[in-house]
Amino acid sequence: MRPERTGSQPVRSEQDVVLARQVARKLAVECGLRLVDQTKLVTAASELARNTVIYGGGGDMDWEVVEEGSRKGLRLVFRDEGPGIADVKLAMTDGWTSGNGLGLGLTGTRRLVDEFSLESAPGVGTRVTICKWN
Amino acid sequence: MERIPILRMGEFLLVTIQVDMHDQLALTLQDDLAERISRTSARGVLIDISALDMVDSFIGRMINTISGLSKVMDAETVVVGMQPAVAITLVELGLYLPGVSTALNVERGMERLRERLDAQ
Repeated sequence: MRPERTGSQPVRSEQDVVLARQVARKLAVECGLRLVDQTKLVTAASELARNTVIYGGGGDMDWEVVEEGSRKGLRLVFRDEGPGIADVKLAMTDGWTSGNGLGLGLTGTRRLVDEFSLESAPGVGTRVTICKWN
Repeated sequence: MERIPILRMGEFLLVTIQVDMHDQLALTLQDDLAERISRTSARGVLIDISALDMVDSFIGRMINTISGLSKVMDAETVVVGMQPAVAITLVELGLYLPGVSTALNVERGMERLRERLDAQ
């Protein structure tokens, strides 16, 4: 049986953050990412899943195994319908924190992946997409 | 309630993290360790993270906090066994764990703690 190419995982509690990490690890292995890249992707997923729970009030992680020629990669989308981020530019500044973390959540996460995009609107929600290629 | 066991070895406390920790579990460990250091007058804490295949900013912060609070309580903390992929990821994430002592394995971590104690 051919493995699933896409799927979704609820991210609503602390336990879901652990589950999201485990799903990301399993998929990263399937995509043939080497160990360091698996670890980077899983760590990025953990950071974003926690943001979804804490700041977004819960949401989902959508995943997709992507292919481009002989390359394979894993794309993860973290989306919530929370309060959103008022100043995306500020949130992407190194060292910036809303108060609970170390101030490396989003900028640190961006360094761990190959592709990173953040869309957010106050009152609508936040959507962060990351991708890592093998 | 789910807890990470803390073992006592003479003047030292030994913690081996073998589960994928959710945030509350990490916070409970932090509190439990502070309480145990106080109760046992331990002089050193050894945290083995060799089974962890990921350390994110939350777990990193926990390690930082444990290290800091044990210092305030007159005990040293040494973190041992960090996997290379985890170390690379942590540095790239921007988490350098300042003030946290590390050693490659439990044996060398124990040596480090003993040296510190002898030097005092």
